[in-house]
Amino acid sequence: MESHENLKSYKHRLDDALDNHFLRQAMDKFAVAYRTSRENAFAGMDVADLIQQVADIKAAAIADSKALLERFIKKATAHGVHVHLADTAEDANRIIGEIAQKTGSKKIVKSKSMTAEEIHLNRWLENLGVEVTETDLGEWIVQLRKEGPSHMVMPAIHLSRFQVADLFSDVTGTDQDAEIDRLVKVARKELREKFVQADMGITGANYALADTGTIGIATNEGNARLVTTLPKVHVALVGIDKLLPTLADALTVNRILPKNATGQAITSYVTWITGPSECTTAPSGKREMHIVFLDNGRSKIAADPVFAQVLQCVRCGACANVCPVYRMVGGHQMGHIYIGAIGLITTYFFHGIENAKNLVQNCTNCGACKAVCAGGIDLPHLIKEIHARIQDEAGHPLQSLLLGKVLKSRKLFHSLLRTAHLAQKPLLDKKEKPYLRHLPMIFSSDHNFRRLPAIADVPFRDRFEKLHKPTDNPRFTIALFSGCVQDFVYPEHLEAAMKGFAMHNIHVTFPMGQSCCGLPAVSMGEKSAARDVALQNLDAVDLDTVDYIVTLCASCASHLTHGVPKLLKDYAPKKAAAFADKVVPYSVFMNDIVGIASAVRTGADVGRKTAFHSPCHLCRGLGVHNTPHELIEKSGNQYVPTDEEETCCGFGGSFSTTFPAVSNEILTRKLDDVTESGADLLVTECPGCVLQLRGGVAKQGRKFTVCHLSELLYPQSEP
Amino acid sequence: MVNTTTGSTKELAAVFTQKASLVSACVHEAKDRTEAMDKTLALLAQKPPLDPQMASGKKQDPSKRILAAPNLDHDGFQQLSDLCRAFPHIHLIRDRLRDFPGGIDMGVTTADFGIADTGTLVINSNDEHTRLATMLCEVHVAILAVSDIRETALSMTKELEMLVGRKGSYTAFVTGASRTADIERVLAIGVHGPLELHIILVEEK
Repeated sequence: MESHENLKSYKHRLDDALDNHFLRQAMDKFAVAYRTSRENAFAGMDVADLIQQVADIKAAAIADSKALLERFIKKATAHGVHVHLADTAEDANRIIGEIAQKTGSKKIVKSKSMTAEEIHLNRWLENLGVEVTETDLGEWIVQLRKEGPSHMVMPAIHLSRFQVADLFSDVTGTDQDAEIDRLVKVARKELREKFVQADMGITGANYALADTGTIGIATNEGNARLVTTLPKVHVALVGIDKLLPTLADALTVNRILPKNATGQAITSYVTWITGPSECTTAPSGKREMHIVFLDNGRSKIAADPVFAQVLQCVRCGACANVCPVYRMVGGHQMGHIYIGAIGLITTYFFHGIENAKNLVQNCTNCGACKAVCAGGIDLPHLIKEIHARIQDEAGHPLQSLLLGKVLKSRKLFHSLLRTAHLAQKPLLDKKEKPYLRHLPMIFSSDHNFRRLPAIADVPFRDRFEKLHKPTDNPRFTIALFSGCVQDFVYPEHLEAAMKGFAMHNIHVTFPMGQSCCGLPAVSMGEKSAARDVALQNLDAVDLDTVDYIVTLCASCASHLTHGVPKLLKDYAPKKAAAFADKVVPYSVFMNDIVGIASAVRTGADVGRKTAFHSPCHLCRGLGVHNTPHELIEKSGNQYVPTDEEETCCGFGGSFSTTFPAVSNEILTRKLDDVTESGADLLVTECPGCVLQLRGGVAKQGRKFTVCHLSELLYPQSEP
Repeated sequence: MVNTTTGSTKELAAVFTQKASLVSACVHEAKDRTEAMDKTLALLAQKPPLDPQMASGKKQDPSKRILAAPNLDHDGFQQLSDLCRAFPHIHLIRDRLRDFPGGIDMGVTTADFGIADTGTLVINSNDEHTRLATMLCEVHVAILAVSDIRETALSMTKELEMLVGRKGSYTAFVTGASRTADIERVLAIGVHGPLELHIILVEEK
């Protein structure tokens, strides 16, 4: 993993992971089980409030980290601890190596520390001729296999009991059964000898308390307790982001950390160490204790207005647990050292642009990580920020550059789409319109996992005048924001919606100056293009004359609501906020604002079992969960729940073209769920999801159909 | 049984018992310390022989049972040692636990506090023997006074600070037996620490 790989070889690694049957099953089981155990762990608690408390505590500590460090050093030094400061990974390694040499330590036992992984400490110590043994079961397993951890708290989650049994058979020279309880006992026995022989113990720390000079360590196996008790020397390697003022702060963070990590109310052990404690084999009667504080770029992050919140991470690993991509490809493909969404971000800071540039693109922007983050970090936003920063530093790839350039001019963009409509003609499947029969040359064969729709003969913007019916005394006046996909690919979604608007006396305007919402540019790391289109859209809509800006695309709605004000905070903050205030997604507008009644209809369009795929940007982006279900019932159809309604479909805009193989697997998992529910129809509220889902259904020959909510409410069969 | 606990301590004890049981701790009740010690010895009598963890080192007499009681006060230890006199196979110790790296059968300790909402024990482990007794034993028996149970860790911050804030202190929160789910996420109890945790709730200190 050290050599710098290009995107192509990274994709090969992804393909290998996708072919790993055990990994796929293990990850899938875990993703489903984690959801339930987390819910149970937090039962009866106000999780959002708890997350806010943790975010506030951590944010304040980051802002005050210099003073906290000084206070900690003063206290700990008074207790007799040797405190060291390491600016870089190499400094930390050197300091710890010197401690080992000075104390004559030849054998070291370690409890689990991601920070030690971050600096490759074992490699350094082993080069000095010191024997280092990991004592956390999972860490020991991956150490023996010469791998890195594939999860922040479950390092060996990618391995089966059979692989562990083979490994332990090699280690012990005796055949070991693949029975988990027995394998655990093998580790208990093998490692006890190591604990007893060790001259020095190395731990990380979950908390460093400035008020008392205390470190806190949360563990389950009890190994950190032996590591800090049997050897004569204890070294704790602690990132400066672990500093907190008080015990109460740590106890507050500890209320959420284990619940979010593994669904445990608390870990088996939480150990609080305040200076050297009794050690009967040490000459002084006290253990020699060192604390090495690691910076390694953390101060720089803390001073960065955008990225400071990265340090609010408490290392629970939840962002990986819920990530649809992690679930498909596992940890070694979803991080360099730190795994999951946080890993996509911190890799850039801790391990450089070369290790980060491919990883950072492997995100569907579904927001599942943000919804569970213990530290309240806006992970998807920061991933896009890192992507943009990497492109600014290392150069923009041609495709992304072109998209950025094209989007900056709406007219150019739209005329290109019209040209593309003509160019695709020879490719159209004559029998099976509206799918493209062959893919244009720019796509590789990988993209064939779903059928791609054709660009419409006449975009919605050219149909609007005919469809538009003037209304006297309208109930509401709205600006319809089409988004590019519905304007140019699925105008029928908007046409169906127009019927409903007319029926309910809604005056519809279609601002012709509107362009792409800008989300695709953000997701390709083209921030300046995203800003330009945001400003174009602000100019296009006359806010004084409309009550709402309605869009049938949940991604557009979410981006216009949350993304645009962020992008324009230094350009047009007031106008962007006023614009965002008026944006509503289609389902909310029809159900909660217009308040449509149940349809009275008969025939083929009613009584169908109807599943809903909740677009990520609808459920997590806008907090809309049940409104579409009500509309399904109102349409005269029967809403049926599916197992993971709010899990991503794998589209993610450019994600699905950059990582088609992963996208396809996420899609298949989603379609399996719908098949299992027995639904005849799958409805969603985002044209991107329709493109992905409908394309998958066509390609895989599934037995249900896919439509947009507007088509369900106002079917073609009705005038 | 004489009930001397108030309504709210009783409720806390019930929550504590429920939460500790969820993480596979066995919670017992005793009216006083004498009864708690009787229960401890009864648990020791039922315990299977030690599975020594060290291939090297001196061999232990398999008929012996090692019971460590490092943090009982003077009277408590005296009392336990009187009780043990009836069982010649029990080897009662209170220090030099490093002589038993391969494990001891049972460690019995008092706990300073209980935390109801997570079923957690708080044990002042400043001295090495207390620490080792709770780490090297196969079965850990903790004696906890009902009056020392608090609702949450945050609700007893002041009391915890008295323990944690002291120079040279080593404070342990113990919740259930040692555990792992590192292989295929299957829960296995008993890794580097005790295989079993028993908590004896005592009504009178």
